[in-house]
Amino acid sequence: MKARTLGRHFRESLKSLGRNGWMTFASVSAVTVTLLLVGVFVLIMMNLNKIADDVENDVEMKVFIALETGQEDIDRLENEISVLPGVESVDFSTKEEELTDLILNFGDDFSLYEQNNPLFDVFYVKSIDPQQTEKVAGEISKIDQIEKVEFGAGKIEKLFNVLNTGRNVGLVLILALLFTAMFLISNTIRITIVARRHEIEIMKLVGATNWFVRIPFILEGMWLGLLGSIIPIGLVAALYYNVTVYAEPRLKNEIFQLLEFSPFIYQVSALILLMGIFIGVWGSFMSIRKFLRV
Amino acid sequence: MIQMKNVYKKYSNGIVALNGMNVEIDQGEFVYVVGPSGAGKSTFIKMMYREERPTSGQMFVDGIDIATLKNSKVPLLRRQIGVVFQDFKLLPKLNVYENVAFALEVIEEKPEEIRKRVLKVLDLVGLKHKARMFPTELSGGEQQRVSIARSIVNKPKVVIADEPTGNLDPETSWDIMRLFEQINKSGTTILMATHNREIVNSMRHRVIAIEGGLIVRDVAGGDYGYEG
Ligand SMILES: Nc1ncnc2c1ncn2[C@@H]1O[C@H](COP(=O)(O)OP(=O)(O)O)[C@@H](O)[C@H]1O
Ligand SMILES: [Mg+2]
Repeated sequence: MKARTLGRHFRESLKSLGRNGWMTFASVSAVTVTLLLVGVFVLIMMNLNKIADDVENDVEMKVFIALETGQEDIDRLENEISVLPGVESVDFSTKEEELTDLILNFGDDFSLYEQNNPLFDVFYVKSIDPQQTEKVAGEISKIDQIEKVEFGAGKIEKLFNVLNTGRNVGLVLILALLFTAMFLISNTIRITIVARRHEIEIMKLVGATNWFVRIPFILEGMWLGLLGSIIPIGLVAALYYNVTVYAEPRLKNEIFQLLEFSPFIYQVSALILLMGIFIGVWGSFMSIRKFLRV
Repeated sequence: MIQMKNVYKKYSNGIVALNGMNVEIDQGEFVYVVGPSGAGKSTFIKMMYREERPTSGQMFVDGIDIATLKNSKVPLLRRQIGVVFQDFKLLPKLNVYENVAFALEVIEEKPEEIRKRVLKVLDLVGLKHKARMFPTELSGGEQQRVSIARSIVNKPKVVIADEPTGNLDPETSWDIMRLFEQINKSGTTILMATHNREIVNSMRHRVIAIEGGLIVRDVAGGDYGYEG
């Protein structure tokens, strides 16, 4: 297509945006709300996935030693565990050290337990291979005087449930919103088509190609989607920036981390932009097919 | 130029508008299509630029097979044909010059070429001095001149007109007819549906009379043949 023609199509499509005033506003708003929710949803789901991965790949187990176990027995247990197949290292931590850690991470609220420490002495056991963690944990928990063994896979079961429910609810919500946005866009485009029906009739009479007739409407739909993606991109980026700034120091000692602001937020922005364009172009195609007959 | 063989047209509502038409029109001819209302004149005309598709039969316009022509190729057919209507079909927001240029812009003609050709046809129809005026500022006859200018600006081999003088007073109708004669003299085929008896009877050309979707009369230099 010639540059001059493309310029003409761009001008026509932009003129229609202004002429359709309120419908343009309504469509762009619908796209904005939709994409905002899509963006937040993606932020949450991708991070939950990341956390699940991190936890799953964690090779560290926390082995709780039964109360009233003497130092001799503890030394014996440490030996016994460290020779198990698949075990890389065993570190002992007293309940006093555990409490100090807890206070360090979660604040002074816990210091009242200093009088009467409810925690266990623990071993931190690392397996050589994350795949082996569950098996090793099973072996260790068979030993007498071991209260229980915690490791990532146990914790993430709950997380996966949250993840699945969240995904389903989110997808249904987003699909409904996508359809609403597309419907509004296709309505806006229909108004443009009706407003320009004489022009279209003459174009067709004098031999304009079908694509020549269609393109301004496709572009108008594209603008609606593009305009609707600006606010979501800005808000989602600002939101995630603040979340990462808030969460980073607090998660320093955790086995899982959030996705880094960059490049993740650029990927999410690109996704929002592409979805906006897709919604817009698809919405206008629905009207073109129905009302333009070219 | 135009060949029809057993062309039959049945609309989706079951009405048979053309009931087996056979006709041949040569390059450079001037043809009137006459007949009572509902006879099928407009349908006959619409076949030419593939506004309607034949239900059966064979039909060629400038060598293009109308019956099998793909939708995507219709624009190419239309670039060979100029079309003029009773209601002019001008765009009210464009001035005279822009209305004519529009026909070339949407088929992506070069700007210099557009300018040259538009000025030339506006001169031909005698409206060069009103190029900047808008359709609402023109008389009916002048508006029809603009639409004729638009129909010939792409140098079509054939101009098709459906009752082009239907909305005009007798005086103006004669002016418009003289313009069509002039266009025909330069070699362009003219096919015109009309109800105007005086004109058909005095500007003599071939007359095709249609009744009930059939050609009932086809006479070179014939008369209108119906009363008032
Ligand atoms: N688009 C259409 N759909 C259905 N019937 C039509 C359509 N156009 C015309 N007709 C019918 O076809 C017949 C011929 O119409 P037309 O070609 O317009 O005749 P004319 O131009 O001679 O008055 C009429 O009975 C008319 O009602
Ligand atoms: Mg008619």
